[in-house]
Amino acid sequence: MKTKLLTLALGAAAFATVSSSASAATLDDVKAKGFMQCGVSTGVPGFAFTDDAGDWQGFDPALCRAVAAAIFGDPKAVKFTPTTGKTRFTALASGEVDLLARNTTETFSRDVDLKFTFGPVNYYDGQGFMVRKSLGVSSALNLSGATICIQTGTTTELNLADYFRANNMTYEPVPIETNAEAQEKYLANACDVYTTDASGLAATRAAFEKPGDHALLPEIISKEPLAPLVRHGDDQWADIMKWTLNALINAEELGVTAANADEMKASSKLPSIQRLLGGEGEMGAALGLGNDWALNAIKANGNYGEIYEKYIGPNTAIGLERGLNGLWNNGKGGILYAAPIR
Amino acid sequence: MTNKIAFVATEMLPEQAAPVNTKGAIAWMQSNLFSTPRDTILTVVFLAVVAGILYYLVPWLVLNSVFFADSIRECREIDTGACFAVVTSRFNQLIFGFYPSQHYWRPILTFLMMFVAFAPLLHDNLPRKMLWFTAAFPLLAYWFLWGGAIWGPLLIVAALVGTYFVYKTAAASLSPILSLIASVVFLIFWLLFIQSWLSAGLTNTIGFIGLEPVESAKFGGFLITFVIGVSGIAGSLPIGIVLALGRGSDMPTVKMICVGFIEFIRGVPLITLLFVASTLLNYFLPPGTTFDLILRVIIMVTLFASAYMAEVIRGGLAALPRGQYEAADALGLNYWQATRLIVLPQALKISIPGIVSTFIGLFKDSVLVSIIGILDPIGIMQPIRSSSEWNGIIWELPIFIGLVFFVFCFAMSRYSMYFERKLDTGHRN
Repeated sequence: MKTKLLTLALGAAAFATVSSSASAATLDDVKAKGFMQCGVSTGVPGFAFTDDAGDWQGFDPALCRAVAAAIFGDPKAVKFTPTTGKTRFTALASGEVDLLARNTTETFSRDVDLKFTFGPVNYYDGQGFMVRKSLGVSSALNLSGATICIQTGTTTELNLADYFRANNMTYEPVPIETNAEAQEKYLANACDVYTTDASGLAATRAAFEKPGDHALLPEIISKEPLAPLVRHGDDQWADIMKWTLNALINAEELGVTAANADEMKASSKLPSIQRLLGGEGEMGAALGLGNDWALNAIKANGNYGEIYEKYIGPNTAIGLERGLNGLWNNGKGGILYAAPIR
Repeated sequence: MTNKIAFVATEMLPEQAAPVNTKGAIAWMQSNLFSTPRDTILTVVFLAVVAGILYYLVPWLVLNSVFFADSIRECREIDTGACFAVVTSRFNQLIFGFYPSQHYWRPILTFLMMFVAFAPLLHDNLPRKMLWFTAAFPLLAYWFLWGGAIWGPLLIVAALVGTYFVYKTAAASLSPILSLIASVVFLIFWLLFIQSWLSAGLTNTIGFIGLEPVESAKFGGFLITFVIGVSGIAGSLPIGIVLALGRGSDMPTVKMICVGFIEFIRGVPLITLLFVASTLLNYFLPPGTTFDLILRVIIMVTLFASAYMAEVIRGGLAALPRGQYEAADALGLNYWQATRLIVLPQALKISIPGIVSTFIGLFKDSVLVSIIGILDPIGIMQPIRSSSEWNGIIWELPIFIGLVFFVFCFAMSRYSMYFERKLDTGHRN
């Protein structure tokens, strides 16, 4: 009797494994569900937050909406799962979310060890320093002996140690858990310096009562390419993520916006615009989507530049300059260079 | 012989008010605050500290605080104090999370029904018939909060009635333990296979009668706290009693299972169990299984609280003198009668402070779910603080959340003290 039960249990376990590998076609699952499940952060200024109505907004949810629009033609066909730094990877690996758009730095180990596929980088970030202007510091190299507020258990902590060791400087770390705690500690003079991703520093400084009293130092000590990601092993689904983001960047390059996309499709003679918007070729069908996939994605929240301006650009409370995240060909030092759609 | 007594009072002197320095505020202060030089110094220092704190806190917290504004920048333009406008502007989100606003009446009604359901348990002078409502409340609450067709809850009632009849029928011919097993098998079979089939059948034939479904992902704020807290409280007491009795049982298997369960759960931090619920279970369940995250968390929190509850009640059981058990045996009561009529009423009464502490702890522990990405009040602070309107808010949200928690926990604590006094029979063992 016992062995029989054991066999049954093993059989059930085997069935569970088989059915999990059988669902490799994420696109089919998503279409069957009728919506995409998108993992976002539980809150990063500008990148993910809830509005008054309780809807998720921000740079990352906008990407989720664009992918949903590419699949269903409906930017609302997406449900958001807030994930923390600790739960994000298991949520994706276990299939709880189909796509993770959550300020995640692309690294070797996350790609290879954790078995995720990263899309194109949608935000180039790097670790920076913020100090009070009254300190009279103009370079991170003058920070020897400073007390520094640093989030524990992050790559920024390791970067900081590397940087100070490489430059033969000492520092005293003040460990903190969240950005809000860092704001409080820094404003209460518990530390001289606050270090985290430059985008986070800018957003934090923008929220201060007197932003002018604080300066961001010019040194950026690490590379933090933030990108959306999906599970390994489903290339079609990874392609949809990759090319939806590429389409948004190409749209900015070609001057296609949410407002003029339909008109461009009808009237533009440029072959690259026609290919992007589905007027020419069978690009969408090759992805397993409709040929107006990119058109719908662009109409969801606009092209990359429009999303940037709306949530984190210089005119928002976050106030991030385009910098590295500008287009490669506008001569302002941007490195956004999306592969062409052809 | 002349009368040596010069004067004899023929009547009592009228009562006089006590001297000023022995009663009233001044006397109290003299005897309690300034009775010795050391006391006087301590009092002055302490008052200075309190005054200093208030001097800094009151202007920020009360005098200069802003209650209505659209963003933190507007707050700062209006005044220099705390910006409680974030609480008023996001009040619904803090209470209901993302629950659709046209359905807010459902959680509110459930909240009110909760008091009606608890009333007969907390006051013994209410009609006993109200207990039927208490018994129906879990299903009612589930249906109101999550919505869906009425058939599901009705069929569960049918299943429970069916289980009872199976038990009765089986008990007529089989031993009690076998009939118990038979009824449990019937219940599991019904819930796993018949329930969804019948429910779909009823919807197809009669139609959809019910409330619009609301998925768990829309739950948030204090709604989550109450759903988790109240289910945990309601579930942990009975399970804890069973575990405590099992731990004291003479049957080695039962005892071993109970001890193993209690020690395992108590040996593992709650946060670990929550991570198991949120991440590990997903790997074991086949993909596409919609085993709700909130349900998983409720189960874990309930099991966690049950283990602690079992130990609290075991303390109560151990405090009962041996004579009570022997007296019950001498009366010829069997185990269940003795437990129900003699042992538990006394043991539970002794355990009230511990039980309520466990309840309060459980209610507050529910905020740990914010770590696994459930947006309870603590969890929902983060996205609110990240919005461009409120980025820069630090203290106001935790102050509000702490205040709400304090009100409910303090109420529970006061109620338990009242309950203890009421049940106090004056016996001291």
